[in-house]
Amino acid sequence: MTLTLSHFSAALIFALFASIVFGITQRNTAREMLRYGAYCFVLFVGGVFAGGWLMWLLRH
Amino acid sequence: MAEATLNAKESKEKAEAPPYQGPRQSTAMITAAVVVAWLVPGGGHFLMKRWGRGALLLVSVAAMFVLGVLMEGKIYHANTGDLLDMLGFVGDVGAGGLYFVSRLMGIGRGAIELATADYGTKYIIVSGLLNFMCIVDAYHVAIGKKP
Repeated sequence: MTLTLSHFSAALIFALFASIVFGITQRNTAREMLRYGAYCFVLFVGGVFAGGWLMWLLRH
Repeated sequence: MAEATLNAKESKEKAEAPPYQGPRQSTAMITAAVVVAWLVPGGGHFLMKRWGRGALLLVSVAAMFVLGVLMEGKIYHANTGDLLDMLGFVGDVGAGGLYFVSRLMGIGRGAIELATADYGTKYIIVSGLLNFMCIVDAYHVAIGKKP
């Protein structure tokens, strides 16, 4: 069985799991973990969109 | 205005608060936490009864590794060739038990004709690197540096 993901969905799944680990390992309390995890997720996904638009601008 | 003052007060209190110092486990327990955390993602946290955190770390690291294998990513062997191959091995071996089981099963050969296989290779490496972070976190919990 081969799993085929689009680049975008692969990036989203990557961002989700990496953010969970970052949140848990980099903060001390549950509330801080949740906030930092969400912050990392937003940065990851924001980075994907920013990179996408940057490449679009370079292409045009 | 009042909210800004409150936030400033909170930040000041946080900056002045001493770093957390919990009970330090025995040396044997610290060593066990590090080794178990390497072999089983989140295992170090389970050993110290941090069930929720351990479960989330296990699911995250294992899911990334399994998705990488399902995308036919490559699992690196120990090698002394190209620098990137050596670093790939270092990342992969961080996944501990998942790495050894997949090597024993002979999976993770990589399919260069598939674009998604390259994503898979990166997923596998990153799952190992994330597990290194879990190991360090388990160590910090064991020495009492983190709740």
